[in-house]
Amino acid sequence: MGDFLQLVISGTATGSIYALAALGFTLLWQASGTINFAQGEFVMLPAFAMLLLLAIGAPLWLAFVLACLASMLVLGVGFKLLVVDPLIRHGVIPLVIATLGLAIGLKNMVKAAYSAEAHPFPYLFPDTLLSVGTLRISSFDIGTLLLAGLIVFGLQSFLNRTMTGRAMQAVAQNTEAAAVLGINVKRMILYVFLMNALLAAVAAVLVTPTYLAKFDMGDTIGLKAFYAAIIGGFNQTRGALLGGVLVGILENLMGAYVSPAYKEGVALMLFLVVILLRPEGLLGKAEERKV
Amino acid sequence: MSGTQKIGLAAVLMALALAPMALKNYGTYLLTLWCVYVMAAMGLNLTVGYAGLISLGHAAFLGIGAYTAAILMKAGVAFGFVLPAAALLCFAVGLALGFPALRVRHHYLAFATLGFNVLVYLVLRNEEWLTGGTFGISGIRRPTLFGLSLDGSAPFFYFTYAATIALALLFALLIRSPWGRAFAALRDNPIRAESLGVNIVAYTLLAFAIGAACAGIAGAYFAALVQFIDPAPFHLTASLIMLLMVIVGGSGRFFGPMLGAALVVLLPEWLRFMKDWYLVVFGLSVVALMIWLPGGLLSIPDRIRLRSALRGAVK
Repeated sequence: MGDFLQLVISGTATGSIYALAALGFTLLWQASGTINFAQGEFVMLPAFAMLLLLAIGAPLWLAFVLACLASMLVLGVGFKLLVVDPLIRHGVIPLVIATLGLAIGLKNMVKAAYSAEAHPFPYLFPDTLLSVGTLRISSFDIGTLLLAGLIVFGLQSFLNRTMTGRAMQAVAQNTEAAAVLGINVKRMILYVFLMNALLAAVAAVLVTPTYLAKFDMGDTIGLKAFYAAIIGGFNQTRGALLGGVLVGILENLMGAYVSPAYKEGVALMLFLVVILLRPEGLLGKAEERKV
Repeated sequence: MSGTQKIGLAAVLMALALAPMALKNYGTYLLTLWCVYVMAAMGLNLTVGYAGLISLGHAAFLGIGAYTAAILMKAGVAFGFVLPAAALLCFAVGLALGFPALRVRHHYLAFATLGFNVLVYLVLRNEEWLTGGTFGISGIRRPTLFGLSLDGSAPFFYFTYAATIALALLFALLIRSPWGRAFAALRDNPIRAESLGVNIVAYTLLAFAIGAACAGIAGAYFAALVQFIDPAPFHLTASLIMLLMVIVGGSGRFFGPMLGAALVVLLPEWLRFMKDWYLVVFGLSVVALMIWLPGGLLSIPDRIRLRSALRGAVK
């Protein structure tokens, strides 16, 4: 039982990181109809940005703050202006293809320009084992849960309580109506891109200590975020959370009790079952076809 | 097709047929590999270009075809039986995967096929009793044709080349048939097509399953060509590359997959001096291509024609 609880707790911690990446993915889809297949690379790049800053002697917190800013500038504004804006008028397919191409380009750029090796990455919180009764819990997991929880809570409050947040939701639900009501749709969409880039940078600082900084780390994280977003509900912010945590816990349990080789298997099966039987996701609402 | 285009096509076909005489073994191997990818990409073009759906699991079907062929051929089954078995298996799996996924259109097929590809890769890597795991299956013997050995690189190229031409002809017939026209109608305006009596689900499903069967055929030739298969060429990345072949060449165009596959097979050879930067250039060129030429390279002549027509109209 103790083992089981331990696995659930560490799974929840990992899952909350997936949830962060998945959240950005969902927000982007809701507000701008963009499916970003380079989401994993959006987590990988800030990790390497931090690695570079650490190498020239910056403390981790400073590297993290700078990486967040750089990420918002490059992966938020830059991505929107250079890739999404010129492409969105062609429809979803060219955009999907372009983000696939972008993913290949970005990860190989890191491989060619920096290194193909896996690099260790410092923990943002101390990583010691705490004993609670028979449970042994990593303090990094707790820190991860707290930080991810804080960010999600902050994001939810921002979206639900502030004028800007509500305007962003309005844009996501019905762009035309939002424009008629005088909401600056373009600015709201830009905010969503900034938010996505910020979430990716936070996910990077939390996930990289365990995943190690490697040029293709985005493959795994992108895939997990993707599963999480779909399982929870592609058009629901809360769905990404549920999905992320589910994926994290399931892969931990599967890896420990059934077979490490099929660690990914359960989340993957759940993902396929959800797509096939409940395509709107566990928490999602069905999308109606617009004629 | 106009007269000059016909002559041009015949010249290209002829040049390809003569090419092995001028090429070394490796060149002939690349040419055969190109044929394999053309067969697979033509199938994907049916799904993407004619039915307007994104499939991110084409490499999984290539893998199912290749492993089916490898396992059967190791068991001593003749290639003449192996080929239809690989195609039928992929067709059936395509139906089983596509049927539930296509109830919801658009991105859901992309998601389902993506998951499917990861799953197939996991199975190929982990089920050692069947697939040899990461060690793969080695020592696959090339088939013989009426007692003639196809072991040499040139004979095997002709064998594959003939199959590619046969498949392309079938494809041309399919596209011209009322069936094929229904596919295009679906892509261009599904709601209108439905109101004209085209059964959307049945046709898209069929397009997807036929595409999968093409990948199965290509997989069987792939296994016989490389003679050693492991899970690596059937990774999700390979599916993306195949999708890019179709799109870069020009999706929904008959010759799109041929051009796209040629670029993807040959570019790494030509750009070898760039080393690791090659994939950077490739990935970013895809982004640029999507921005400036979303119809792919084969849409350039149309573009030029449209532009000069516009200029004429202004004058």
